[in-house]
Formats: sequence, C-alpha cells, structure tokens
Amino acid sequence: MLTFQFVSTVRLGIKSLMLHKLRSALTMLGIIFGVCSVIAMLAIGEGASYEAQEAIKNLGSNNILLRSLKPPDQARQQAGGSPRGMQLAYGLTYEDGARIQSTIPGVNRVLPMRIIRENVRFDRNEIPCQVIGTLPSYMAVTGAGIVRGRFLAHLDEQHAENVCVITTGLARRLFPHLDPMQHAVKIDTFYYRIIGILQERSQPEQRTQAGAMEGQPLDNNVYIPLSVSRTRFGETLIRRSAGSFEAEEVQLHQITVQMQNLASVETADPQIRTLLGRFHDQNDYEIIVPLQLLRQAEQTKRIFNIVLGSIAAISLLVGGIGIMNIMLATVTERTREIGIRRALGAKRRDITTQFLVETVVLSVGGGLVGVLVGVLTPLVVSQLTTMKTIVTVWSVLLAFGISGAVGIVFGLYPASAAAKLDPIEALRHE
Amino acid sequence: MPADSAIIRIRDVEKRYVLGGEADVLALRGVNLDVEAGSYLAIMGPSGSGKSTMLNILGCLDRPTAGRYFLGGEDVSRMPDDQLSEARGLKIGFIFQSYNLIAQLTVLENIQVPLLYQGKDVRTHLESCLELAKLVGLGDRLHHRPSQLSGGQQQRVAVARSLVNNPLMILADEPTGNLDSKTGQEVLDLIDRLNEAGKTIVLVTHDDRVASRADRVIHMKDGLIDREVVNRPMRARPAVSSS
Ligand SMILES: Nc1ncnc2c1ncn2[C@@H]1O[C@H](COP(=O)(O)OP(=O)(O)OP(=O)(O)O)[C@@H](O)[C@H]1O
Ligand SMILES: [Mg+2]
Repeated sequence: MLTFQFVSTVRLGIKSLMLHKLRSALTMLGIIFGVCSVIAMLAIGEGASYEAQEAIKNLGSNNILLRSLKPPDQARQQAGGSPRGMQLAYGLTYEDGARIQSTIPGVNRVLPMRIIRENVRFDRNEIPCQVIGTLPSYMAVTGAGIVRGRFLAHLDEQHAENVCVITTGLARRLFPHLDPMQHAVKIDTFYYRIIGILQERSQPEQRTQAGAMEGQPLDNNVYIPLSVSRTRFGETLIRRSAGSFEAEEVQLHQITVQMQNLASVETADPQIRTLLGRFHDQNDYEIIVPLQLLRQAEQTKRIFNIVLGSIAAISLLVGGIGIMNIMLATVTERTREIGIRRALGAKRRDITTQFLVETVVLSVGGGLVGVLVGVLTPLVVSQLTTMKTIVTVWSVLLAFGISGAVGIVFGLYPASAAAKLDPIEALRHE
Repeated sequence: MPADSAIIRIRDVEKRYVLGGEADVLALRGVNLDVEAGSYLAIMGPSGSGKSTMLNILGCLDRPTAGRYFLGGEDVSRMPDDQLSEARGLKIGFIFQSYNLIAQLTVLENIQVPLLYQGKDVRTHLESCLELAKLVGLGDRLHHRPSQLSGGQQQRVAVARSLVNNPLMILADEPTGNLDSKTGQEVLDLIDRLNEAGKTIVLVTHDDRVASRADRVIHMKDGLIDREVVNRPMRARPAVSSS
C-alpha cells in the first residue's frame, strides 16, 4: 500500500518533470557535471598517487638509500673554466658502508653499488648502459626477480669473475635473434659472460642517473661483481669533453641500507645522518628514506583529495542551487494545482513529499547520468594520455550519495514553501 | 427536526480578515445555520456579502475566527490542519466555478486524485471511477486532458471527482458561472440527481433559476443571513434509495 503510493508519487514526479523536458534536462546538467567531476577527479588523483606510491614502494620501505652527489660548489667551479686535468674526489666510501654496518642498530644488510656508464657491445650492437657493480645480497635487498639463469654469487665476487647479469629489456635489444645466455658481451675492453637475466622494473639505481641518461631506456642495466668493477674500472673515472677532460674519484655511487623493520628505519635515519656528517666535510651525498617519501605521498594525496573534493563539492552546490531555483519557480507556477490538491484532501506532508520527490528524481537522475559519464571519463583520459586512473567504488558511492543529499537539502525549502501555502489563497492564484 | 439529522451546524460563526487596525474585514458576523442531511441548500446574496467565505468554512478550507462549526456532529472549528485535510478529503466534495482540474492529468486521473490522499489504491477503485465517468457522460473521454474538453465537460469531470470518496456533502461555488445556460442546465441536472440519491448539496449562486432547484434558499447580506426562503419541505421529495 505504502510502496504503491510511493511508486505513484515518483511516477507523478517524473510526469511533471517531463512536461518541461528541456528545463529538467538543463537543471540535471548541473548535477551531472558535479557528480562526473567528483568521480573523474578522484579517479585521476587516485591513479596518480598509486603510481607515485608504487615507485616509492619499489625502493623498499625498509630501506634507506644513500647516494653520492657531486658537491655543488665544485660543480660551479668547473663551470667557470677549471684547470685541465683537475681531479675530483667525492661521494660515499667503502668505509661509510662498513661504519654503518657496525655502528647503526637494527641494520640488516648494507648493499654497496658502483654505477658506471659504459657502452655494452655484442656483435654489431652497441648500447649505452649502466654497469652496476654490486654484491649478491642485491637480490635480497631490492627484491628483484631473476627470469633466467642466476644472479651474481659469492664465488664470482671472491674470484672477481668476469660474469654479468643483464635486464630483460637489454637482452632483447642486444640479442634480437639469439639466446643471450652464456654469450659474452664486451664492456670497455673486457668480455663478460652472461649468467642470468633480471626482471626489469623501476630499479632504485635507474633513478640515480635518470637525468644523465636522458633519452635512453632506463632498463639497460648490466650487473657485475663489485670486485670486478673495482679492479676493471678503477676508482678514478675520466670523462673527456670538448677539448678538456675531467676525472672523478668516486668509491661508491650508492649504498642501500636495509633495516630490520619500519621502526628501526625511523631511528636509523638521524643516526646515519650524524654518522656520515662526521666523516664528510662536504655535502657530497644524499639520504633518501622511501618510508618518509611514502608518508609524504600519502599526505600529498590527502591534500589533493581535499582540494579536488572541494572543487567537486562546489560544483554540486551550484547544481543544487540550480535545482532549488527551478523548484521555487515550479512551486509558484503550480500554486493553483497545490490549492486544488489541498482542497481534495492533500495534507501538507503530501505536498512536501510531492515536490521533494520531484527534486530528488531530478538530482538522482542527474546523479545516475553523472556516475555513468564520470566512470567513462577516466577511461577516455587514460586511453588518450599515459595517465593512470583508478575509479574507486567509494568515490562512485560518495558522488551518488551526495547527489541524493543535494536533492533533499535543496528540495526541502521549495517543498515546504509549497506545503505552507494557504489552500484558499492557492486556489485563487491565477 | 431531530437534532442529529443536521449534517452542518453553525453557531455564531465569525470570520475576520486581519489586515491591521481599522482595515480589518469582518466577512461573517455571527452566522447561525443548520443544514439537514440530504437537503439541498442554495446561498444567494450580493457580491461581497460573504457567500464564498461561508462556503470555504463549510468546506473546511478555512477556520472561523470565532464560533463553532459541527460537521456530522464533529467540531471542526478548532481542528489542526492535518485533520481538516482529512475531513475535506473524506466528507466533502468540491465543485468550483473555474472547474479546477489538474492540467497535466487525464480525465480518469483527475477523478482518481482524491483517492490518493486517502491512501486508497486506485487499481482497486478503478471500477467505481469508470462508473462515475460514465455517470457524468464522459465514459469515452477517459484519457483526454482538461484542455481537450469543453467547459461543461470539464465541470462534469469535477462533479465525478467530487463523488469519488463518497462524501457527506457536495459544496459548489457558482458551478455554472462560467457556463452557458444550456450546459449549465446539464450540470445542474446532474447535481439534482445526486441530491435525489441522498447527497447533501450546498450551492452558491447569483441566479434565481438555479436557486429555485434547491429546497431552501438563504440570502446573505453584510456577513449575516438576511432572510430564508423554503421552496418545498425536504421530506416532500420522493424518497430515493441511495445506491
Ligand atoms: N483574503 C481576504 N482578505 C481580506 N478580505 C477578504 C479576503 N477574502 C474575502 N475578503 C472580504 O470578505 C468579504 C466577503 O467576501 P466573499 O468572497 O465571501 O464575497 P462573495 O459573497 O463570495 O462575493 P462574490 O459574489 O463577488 O463572489 C468581502 O468584503 C471581501 O473583500
Ligand atoms: Mg464568491
């Protein structure tokens, strides 16, 4: 009985709205845009922060990254025309690694890395790569996955074997028609036997020289034993450029400190800073704490969501005001009808319901269309751009819920204004 | 005249329109009136004498500012708004001078409107609605809109609509005011038949010939009943079993 009445009230509401199709459609448009923008904006925000968080997670939230930096004041000196043959010594040292391993509590592993840019050759292919000298614990610290063969082993390190592991992308480029396993690639003047292929992903060390490797694919990595890197390349690197050359002496380009748990990351961060500060008199290294970056990213996302949410809320507010405006006009226009209905036995409540239902039909109808467009928009955006978008269920529910609430909030006043009309006055209205 | 046969009983009813100070209008100045169940009453009088005001109070559209109004033995003069609405819907059928149909609804839907507000299911009452439409001669116009009907046809829809909740009485304020005399006659004939079937009728008119159809005519002047004419004793009418 009650549901039947409700259904017929809704049907009556739709019927009244259909009398002014254009007007109703235009009124709904406000809500459609509002709901659509809520969903689309949240989807884009969600997608962006997901990507950022994934990248940070790849660094390992239990890790602390130390990187060698060319100290800024000397870099400036060079730009001002440095004497030929000047040698620069800077960056992290083997001693730094040993000190951290022995003095910082909660350290699990300390992974040193040397990262050198060299061309890697096989047959007629020559590809610029990052040659990374590191230890077998690389796998445990970064959680990288081996696709074929094996990673560097302790014996390789001890005996300074000329072996290497390459990433899948490099394998594809260097060996388009051949199985790379057991072939030897030439780096500088030495040959290295390929013993394994590593799954590529956004590796921490790839980001180190992203700037320097501009235009190059970031997954051209060759891993060799640290001892080999030290003996074959030496500590001093000479780079020739336009008539002059510069020599840099860097022991380690990166040290990844793996901590036992998240709590020890927090305590170790300042301790490492103090320790390194004591032994480096220049600012030749940076410390990156992925956990902090992750927190910052979450914070940023929260702010982002609040900003987007406010923009969307304002557009819904504007839509709601549009609805209210139209409903007030409708009430005036239909004063006579209200009088007739009251004379025929309608209570104030019945009139309120009738107009409220109309408003809610408008806003919920707009909400439904808005949800549809709002779910499609991010799809189109990620099709046309490289932007990742994620439509979450809660954003759809939120947007839809708000549209319903907008209908009730902004419909209440016009509906109660209609119900308050005096029946006789209303009947007399032309 | 036994007291409980009076369907309307009005005692010292006043209606004051408050406009502020001297400007207040006293539209009714202490009216007393009894209307028996099944009778046919016409109200006449010059313009501004308070006929419509009186009919609005009788129809529970308005409350008197002083005095008492008993409708079917129940004091409705102090009722809250919701109960008044219910009384209107259940006990009273209205016929207005300007028809007052709802423009976006069809003939059938217009007839069904009063059912909605009594929580009745229009599907179970469809038969009786169709019968009412047939009674007023619009059985073949059920799905027309008011704008597609003549004035007389619209007024007949209003008559059918006034009957749908089987009310105690029908109130009509100048029902033929907008009609030519022939269609007016048809509507009045319809009202006559309702009265013969036992419905109480109260009708406001300026037309003596319309008033002559009533059992009793009261003439109002300056918010008071000036004089009263009894055309014929109500009981003299041939008794008709109400269906
Ligand atoms: N809402 C109102 N506010 C102020 N005065 C009113 C109001 N309604 C009616 N009146 C006054 O009450 C008096 C009676 O009005 P009413 O409408 O009852 O007259 P009537 O007898 O129906 O006249 P008519 O034959 O012209 O319809 C008039 O003087 C009118 O001006
Ligand atoms: Mg009048």
